[in-house]
Amino acid sequence: MTASREAILNKLRKQSIPETELPDLQQPELTQQWITYPDPRQQFSDLLASIKGLCLQVKNVEEVNQRLAELPVYQKSNNICSLIPDCGQPTVNVDDVTDPHDFKDIDFAILPGEFCVAENGATWITNDGGPLRTLYFLSQHVALLVPASEVVPHMHAAYEKLHFENRSFGTFMAGPSKTADIEQSLVIGAHGARSLTVFLVEEPF
Amino acid sequence: MPSHPKLANEFVKDKERAKWHDQSLWFVRSKRDKAVHQLPEWELLREQASKIKSYVVSHLPDLLEEFEKNAKAKGVHVHWARDAKEHNEIVHSILKQHQVKRVVKSKSMLTEECHLNPYLERHGIEIVDTDLGEWIVQLQDKPPSHIVMPAIHIKKEEIGELFHEKLGTEKGASDPQYLTESARQRLRQKFIEADAGITGVNFAIADTGGFVVCTNEGNADLGTSLNKLHIACMGIEKLIPRASDLSVFLRLLARSATGQPITTYSSHFHGPAPDSELHIVLLDNGRSEIADSDEFRRSLNCIRCGACMNTCPVYRRSGGYSYSNTVPGPIGSILGAAHDTKANSSLPFACSLCASCTDVCPVKIDLHHQLLTWRKEIRLKGLLPLSKRLSMKMMSWMMQAPRLYQFVGKMARKIVPYLPRFLVYNPFNAWGKQRELPDMPKQSFREWMKQNHDRK
Repeated sequence: MTASREAILNKLRKQSIPETELPDLQQPELTQQWITYPDPRQQFSDLLASIKGLCLQVKNVEEVNQRLAELPVYQKSNNICSLIPDCGQPTVNVDDVTDPHDFKDIDFAILPGEFCVAENGATWITNDGGPLRTLYFLSQHVALLVPASEVVPHMHAAYEKLHFENRSFGTFMAGPSKTADIEQSLVIGAHGARSLTVFLVEEPF
Repeated sequence: MPSHPKLANEFVKDKERAKWHDQSLWFVRSKRDKAVHQLPEWELLREQASKIKSYVVSHLPDLLEEFEKNAKAKGVHVHWARDAKEHNEIVHSILKQHQVKRVVKSKSMLTEECHLNPYLERHGIEIVDTDLGEWIVQLQDKPPSHIVMPAIHIKKEEIGELFHEKLGTEKGASDPQYLTESARQRLRQKFIEADAGITGVNFAIADTGGFVVCTNEGNADLGTSLNKLHIACMGIEKLIPRASDLSVFLRLLARSATGQPITTYSSHFHGPAPDSELHIVLLDNGRSEIADSDEFRRSLNCIRCGACMNTCPVYRRSGGYSYSNTVPGPIGSILGAAHDTKANSSLPFACSLCASCTDVCPVKIDLHHQLLTWRKEIRLKGLLPLSKRLSMKMMSWMMQAPRLYQFVGKMARKIVPYLPRFLVYNPFNAWGKQRELPDMPKQSFREWMKQNHDRK
């Protein structure tokens, strides 16, 4: 295996390819051009709706609970889990779960999100790669709670916030799982969540 | 290998279907345009992406070493493979070591390129493609016909029939919602039963040692979060220098591919999960040769969005299979010719040089220029078919004799309009297949010039 490593690197090193410069993405000539929005939260909300997700702007966890109770998919859910204190009415305790396969019957998961991106409706979630990571993908329906102050306009601002030293996993989630692989017909709920609701919460939770 | 014109001929025999295929892809291209117009800084983004990728190709060995060092520091096992065979052996040895019987794979054109599935199946390992489109073609025992939409060429009725046969869905059912739901149920079972997950890599980041996988279905995430073994397979050109470069590429990728603002899941992997293993296989397989070529180096900028295929008038009307190459369409014709010029010598001619591919390419690859350059190379290598060689020779001979050229032109203008069809439209007139010749002009340009301008 190391022989191949040396072979590939040697072959590449022998080449004389004209050097080119790496652009500085922080330079004002660029950053001034990036799109901005008068109301990033509204933009996020509209964008998420356009990709079949739902954004609800609420005051606090109490209001989240009210809005959850109104959601038909939440009403129909039997197995509910929540990683947010006092949020939702969890029926499954996830603290002792060590095997992610045990989550296969979760109907509704209430989970934390870190921040949202206005330009594309994505929410950044992060995890150390432990079993709870599976909840974001295996649950039939997902709700994310994100502090309302944490909405950035675009992906450049998003990566300014991101560091990859501590968490082994993170993803931008933009709406529910979907596919258009059968004659380009959009179908919601391919493998992952059938619905995604993002709560932008004003007060700390 | 059968030539592109021959295979395309098969495809266009079914006129209705060819039209439907053309329209499906044009629909995607239109969605791309709509998404692009939402961002005033689009051209600026393309420029940055192109610069970043050019930097990568000119610093590839350093960046690969940097990536390896940082990935290892995070506990990732890094493997190097010179070719497809070595790639498959590495993947198999890791699976064997973990006594893996069942693998779920998310879409990866690289493993298609290496023919990993049949290789693992020969060694008694079940491997399931979990991207819906890719699973459909896997059930048909066929390769993908498009890199982003693998089953774009198949009608829903045919998928209904296939699912009825393989999954026991209702006979005659063709509703995409119903068929997708059936696939969801079956594939979720596969995710639960699997022992390992294989994914491709959209971007690997040198300065963090991590990588990103983009899907809409969440299949890469299910496949990797339920298992303790994750193998990621990537071409060495997938590197980018810095995590912040992702801001540029993730803005470009999905908009160019399907017109979405971003894929539903853009997952960043930095090291294995607790008690788990993460392996990454770096594959060359001819990429270093392309890097060494001044003419074709820029084709390594490709981020596999498929925009060039969706817009290509030839791809849209001839189908992905007519290219007989893992990556079809404009970019595939360049990469295919680079990989095996003889076998793929007809591909650079599957192009009208309309340059639409170059216009939509998010990383500014000069696709149509490279295709034209390939044509010259193919001629120099003596790989042009006799028909093309002869007609070119005749043309060149005639062009060098002005009087003969004038005479032939004059005769053609006079005679052709009165010729019976079979003399004009016959096997010697390749241009006249599927289309009508334009009407002969009354006079030549030279005659027109004489009449209108020379006297002044």
